[in-house]
Amino acid sequence: MEWETVIGLEIHTQLATKSKIFSGAATAYGAEPNTQACAVDLGLPGVLPVLNREVVTMAAKFGLAIGAKVAPLSVFARKNYFYPDLPKGYQISQYELPIVEHGTLEIELEDGTTKIIGVTRAHLEEDAGKSLHEDFHGMTGIDLNRAGTPLLEIVSEPDMRSAKEAVAYMKKMHSLVTYLGISDGNMQEGSFRCDANVSVRPKGQKEFGTRTELKNINSFRFVERAINFEVERQIDVLESGGKIIQETRLYDADKDETRSMRSKEEAMDYRYFPDPDLLPVAISEKQLAEVRNTLPELPDAKRQRFMADYGLSRDDAGQLTADRMTADYFETVAGKCGDAKLAANWVNTSLAGALNKDGKAISASPVSADMLGGMLLRIKDNTISGKLAKEIFEAMWQGEGDADTIIDKKGLRQITDTGAIETVLDEIIAANPQQVEQLKAGKDKLMGFFVGQVMKQTGGKANPGQVNELLKKKLGL
Amino acid sequence: MSLDSADVKKIAHLARLAVDEQDIPGYAHNLSNILALVEQMSAVSTDNVTPMAHPLDEIQRLRDDVVTENDQRDHFQQAAQQVEDGLYLVPQVIE
Amino acid sequence: MHQMTIAELAKGLQKGQFSSEELTRAYLQRIKQFDAELNSYITVVEEQAIAQAKAADQRLAKGDAVALTGIPLAQKDIFCTNGVKTSCASKMLDNFIAPYDATVIERFNQAGAVMLGKTNMDEFAMGSSNETSFYGPVKNPWNIETVPGGSSGGSAAAVAARLAAAATGTDTGGSIRQPAALCGITGIKPTYGRVSRYGMIAFASSLDQAGVMTQTAEDAAIMLGAMAGFDERDSTCLDKAVPDYTATLNHDLKGLKIGLPKEYFAEGLDNGVATVLEAAIEEYKKLGAEVVEISLPNSALSVPAYYVVAPAECSSNLSRFDGVRFGYRCEDPNDLEDLYKRSRGEGFGPEVKRRIMIGTYALSAGYYDAYYLKAQKIRRLISDDFKQAFKNVDVIMAPTAPTTAFRIGEKTDDPITMYLSDINTIAVNLAGLPGMSVPAGFSQALPVGLQIIGNYFDEARLLNVAHKYQQITDWHKQIPAAYK
Repeated sequence: MEWETVIGLEIHTQLATKSKIFSGAATAYGAEPNTQACAVDLGLPGVLPVLNREVVTMAAKFGLAIGAKVAPLSVFARKNYFYPDLPKGYQISQYELPIVEHGTLEIELEDGTTKIIGVTRAHLEEDAGKSLHEDFHGMTGIDLNRAGTPLLEIVSEPDMRSAKEAVAYMKKMHSLVTYLGISDGNMQEGSFRCDANVSVRPKGQKEFGTRTELKNINSFRFVERAINFEVERQIDVLESGGKIIQETRLYDADKDETRSMRSKEEAMDYRYFPDPDLLPVAISEKQLAEVRNTLPELPDAKRQRFMADYGLSRDDAGQLTADRMTADYFETVAGKCGDAKLAANWVNTSLAGALNKDGKAISASPVSADMLGGMLLRIKDNTISGKLAKEIFEAMWQGEGDADTIIDKKGLRQITDTGAIETVLDEIIAANPQQVEQLKAGKDKLMGFFVGQVMKQTGGKANPGQVNELLKKKLGL
Repeated sequence: MSLDSADVKKIAHLARLAVDEQDIPGYAHNLSNILALVEQMSAVSTDNVTPMAHPLDEIQRLRDDVVTENDQRDHFQQAAQQVEDGLYLVPQVIE
Repeated sequence: MHQMTIAELAKGLQKGQFSSEELTRAYLQRIKQFDAELNSYITVVEEQAIAQAKAADQRLAKGDAVALTGIPLAQKDIFCTNGVKTSCASKMLDNFIAPYDATVIERFNQAGAVMLGKTNMDEFAMGSSNETSFYGPVKNPWNIETVPGGSSGGSAAAVAARLAAAATGTDTGGSIRQPAALCGITGIKPTYGRVSRYGMIAFASSLDQAGVMTQTAEDAAIMLGAMAGFDERDSTCLDKAVPDYTATLNHDLKGLKIGLPKEYFAEGLDNGVATVLEAAIEEYKKLGAEVVEISLPNSALSVPAYYVVAPAECSSNLSRFDGVRFGYRCEDPNDLEDLYKRSRGEGFGPEVKRRIMIGTYALSAGYYDAYYLKAQKIRRLISDDFKQAFKNVDVIMAPTAPTTAFRIGEKTDDPITMYLSDINTIAVNLAGLPGMSVPAGFSQALPVGLQIIGNYFDEARLLNVAHKYQQITDWHKQIPAAYK
């Protein structure tokens, strides 16, 4: 039987605020345990939440960016359950009236076609703390620094039909939230993580199959592997006459498998109800208009502009606009050297390759956009050849300074003095009479031989075009 | 709605309350009586009535995104029974 | 000195007739003398009180004192007090030294008031008789075989027996007004949102409101003025100017329109209480007020709706008591679930457990609409009844409680009878309105309270209406014989 996969994603993205969603404690990552958990975060008796303005603005930005409805009134509810990393015994979240509803996101598939994925809703909530299981004489340690960190949970429609589509959606969403500046998108630190709802059904069947929820997916690679594993597992179960149980499954990256979460086996009854400590959150048309004015250029628009203004190919523009840092980097380089195609080429190949090799983010690149632009400018003004540029880039990457410093230090400046080149050329002509005759007789291929000889003698610093010209003139060709 | 012992056990579990076996019939009796009192509400039609979650018709006030709290871990953890290396300890959580 | 009101004490302190230290020591002495029997305090902080009194005396000497500087007060043990045990009268918090001050406590500290100690109450404010306290019942100073009312029973008894000049209370369904009535003192629950709830251990967040318990309406005006007002740490506390409540106490009541809701004077009302109320209304007529009968047709539904809303919120509010970060933790838990269940099962008393269970049930899947949502709709109807009534009247008057103080143990076996003793006060909390209780006489030697209900943020008028009555009556000056 042919099976169709149905996937919906719930993405949790931490909002990049300074303080927590309901308290004035810091949200910085990596602090000593419980040093950023204030009375409110700890749920001490008597404390109360007060909502962070920035969190509302960020959610509204997101809503506008996906063409969604930003609710004029949204309501915080309590989701009640007991867990040690949940200090109050309830999570403050949004349930019946979320702040964002009914948006869409366009993804691009590998064959170049596009697909619209529905975004059902996005709601604000507080993150939980962390449980540390190692080394406390069989006990678990609880760190509540993360408790109360603002999260935007983005829930998609079950619109994706393959793991690849899910990855494309997750990447596009990642790109969007970082563009908007509402999240740092740092997946290692858990700022952007996702749960996947996966089911399969016989191709052509209308009803959805029973789904499972895959938890704890924190990389693009894992989302693809987790879904593929789960799809295979579900098909195996169904084809051997079994039934899929609706359950939560944990993706184990080390074993590359999903397994049932025993601790969540018991049917959850979250007893949602409106949080009486918080009032309805209002966003007026006027406030929304103000937020709209602060929206940056979004990835799709930027890509179109790069194609139109810089004459870049769709692929090049797509690669450059996948994240805002790269796009900004490119625009700086292009501005500095005045050649967008050259800039695109260097950013997408040499720079991307070097970053990838060293596992560095573009924000941590040892070669700044100014440095790269400066070097490309030297190609443009014939100070260096394209071949030497690779050497210079490598030197810049190793921290030896900017292009001009390296050119001077290593004496890599191209020889543009005609006299000097002529001298070298004369010597070569004199030493190779036979080749001169053949060239004159029409064996044009030998042009390369002479240019090569000059380059060899000058250590690559001669301008090949100039050598060409001079040779033709000397031999009367 | 009358609650029996099984209902009480289910609710007590949901609320994470240990209740002695001998006390369960008493709870079942009292809780059933309270529910009978509460069910007097059904005498009134409330179609088209907007639920009232708050006594005041106000909207949420927002605070500026500023860090105002400093580290008071040691002070706060004096109230805890079991702490180590700055962490609150609980019996092993199995995932 | 203990017979003096705050207003009188403040004059004495400022004139130097006695020091705050002398006054404080006098109250501490009275507590030693009488409270073993009354049980109105859970914690007395003698050293801290004397230190605060000395500081107040210095401030008085410097001449920068305010009305409450140096006045010895009792705080309900529901308010977090930095460095002082804050138990909520529960075994769960018997070991809890609060690490911060509630906003209300902070404000009294700023005013230079002295805290004598923390008063007894029903466990987590759940009760109407003070019998659910982990620290044992409080006795009514008018008859120690009867209850003082609840949940602020300790505060009420302490003020009635003059073991504090005044006290704070909290009122979720009548917990200030009912014990004030049963103990023959003055109590006010302000409008929801008037006083910060920060640091006040939550029972039912949409109903809880802090207030005061005093000898007189004038004292209540002084106390409320000090504690009310905006607090950026409480989202439900409104940013609204606090008037000088003492400035309008003497406004003329001529033409005041008083509404008497017929539902509150119907069957079930004790004859003695009814007689006292009639006499009180006559006094208001003498003051020039007009009296009209009104109807609050959904009154009978207030108790049913309350016993869904309050337990639902409490079931969630009390989830934080899990034995991990503070409070009682059971011995040697086998596993996480055992830690939760035994810490909570052993730490909470039966009434708290009952309410948690009712609330858990009312919110659980399949029952939410029938219980919680229905109750919220009834709440709207009850609130609308008041809105309608206040179109025609300035204040509403009714008995605070249907009976006088009942005997200790009389209602403990039947939660329903106990719940019904709040039948006259609960609707006010559901609507979020301000309400007061004023001593209006006695029935069979036990005090009777007159309840005055006002429109939103109309506390100044309530205090005015109560004060004028106290100018022509002396019920509020009565002190139980044993404590004179």
